[in-house]
Amino acid sequence: MAVKVMIPTPLRQYAGKQDSVELEAKTVGEALAGLTAQYSDLRRHLYNDDGKIRSFVNIYLNDEDIRYLHKEQTPLNDQDVLSIVPSIAGGRTLDPPGGVASVHTRALCCICR
Amino acid sequence: MIETLTAETVALSKDEILRYSRHLIMPEVGMEGQLKLKQAKVLLIGAGGLGSPLALYLAAAGVGRLGLVDFDVVDFTNLQRQIMHGTSDVGRPKLESAADTIAEINPYVELVPHQARLCSENALEIFADYDIVADGTDNFATRYLVNDACVLTGKPNVYGSIFRFEGQASVFATREGPCYRCLYPEPPPPGLVPSCAEGGVLGVLPGIVGCIQALETIKLIIGKGEPLVGRLLLFDALQLRFRELRLRKNPECPACGARPTIDHLIDYEEFCGIRGQEAAEPMNGIPEITAVELKRMMDEGRTFQLVDVREPHEFDICRIPGSVLIPLGDVAARMNELDSAEEIVVHCRSGMRSAKAVDLLRKAGFRRIHNLKGGILAWSDQVDPSVPKY
Repeated sequence: MAVKVMIPTPLRQYAGKQDSVELEAKTVGEALAGLTAQYSDLRRHLYNDDGKIRSFVNIYLNDEDIRYLHKEQTPLNDQDVLSIVPSIAGGRTLDPPGGVASVHTRALCCICR
Repeated sequence: MIETLTAETVALSKDEILRYSRHLIMPEVGMEGQLKLKQAKVLLIGAGGLGSPLALYLAAAGVGRLGLVDFDVVDFTNLQRQIMHGTSDVGRPKLESAADTIAEINPYVELVPHQARLCSENALEIFADYDIVADGTDNFATRYLVNDACVLTGKPNVYGSIFRFEGQASVFATREGPCYRCLYPEPPPPGLVPSCAEGGVLGVLPGIVGCIQALETIKLIIGKGEPLVGRLLLFDALQLRFRELRLRKNPECPACGARPTIDHLIDYEEFCGIRGQEAAEPMNGIPEITAVELKRMMDEGRTFQLVDVREPHEFDICRIPGSVLIPLGDVAARMNELDSAEEIVVHCRSGMRSAKAVDLLRKAGFRRIHNLKGGILAWSDQVDPSVPKY
């Protein structure tokens, strides 16, 4: 089946700067495997060390979350659109003096100091 | 959605009727909706990029009480998108600037400033006085805190988030719909969060997403239309494309599921894996030199290579004379361009990316290598103020 995988902005740098990739696959898992075979840097952003899809990355088949379908075994039809939708926090623009870690802590953080 | 509101206990003055006339002549709002707006109490978390359009439009629309939580001061880099603040506000607390702007737009709005970091200790107390919370924060820890506090207090969470050219919006934590944890059970570990090299945001983007949040907030208040509950709106500004995904309430959700395990607010920095990172992150043992020492090396005519590991578009903004650009992502592939026998100084904007580059090069056998402490920002502060900061 010819399907299209939509790549979100944060991950485009690991996918040849493309916003979508077209490939042939029969299931969601096969499509993601094909994608990460083509772009190996994407792998660690999509899967954890146990080979499971990361919990802050959601995969949608058309407008439905694959967690509520058959997960990676979900079969694909021709012209289906798969979307990778990672969580984004928003707002912060550049590296603060404390480094990457303080991307989280800079504003409105949860510790009363 | 907010059943507690009745349109009977308040009235509009003659001046208010004139001010809100374009609402009042629409049957979807009308006097009933406008009185609901006047009685509504909305809490905005963050007075920045998303908070600006939220506060401006909700104030203009006549929301009776607007709470604002922020502890930051306005700086020049905010002005490109945080349109509630102006040039003369730089250096002022954002809440003071916001109070002036909102009073000018609509003096009938009661602005309640909460000059504080939102935290597990104060969130429930602050939330108690409001009907709806709109989340305009910029970090994962606060997003999970806002979500859990909304679920615990039963207040709708009008969510918006942005990254570069891309935005997300939804309405969470309503009785019938999913919450943020149904969508994302866990935050990304700090190491996988996009770093400065991929940062930045188009100024209009938070304007568009914040306006969607304002719209959804007003719809919740007046109880009209189809709220963005159970739907995730994705906006791609570059393609100018809106897409909508279906969100389901996760029966296993630890916050809003059938058997919730989150019955109080937790330590959200620990949950987000941040605790302890501050100390661990600037890699230990990376040899550093200061901007003043670098200047002395130049003045003494010493032979060394100065490597800039920022991105090309940052190199276009400013540079240290004599530097060679090798973006961090290319260092591994291009280290053959460097002479390991020679002394090398590596820099970036603030010193984080260059520390990673130095670490990488040391592992590859480079020994006479130093990280410029504080990056080109420190160079501008300590050596050459004509170098612009960004």
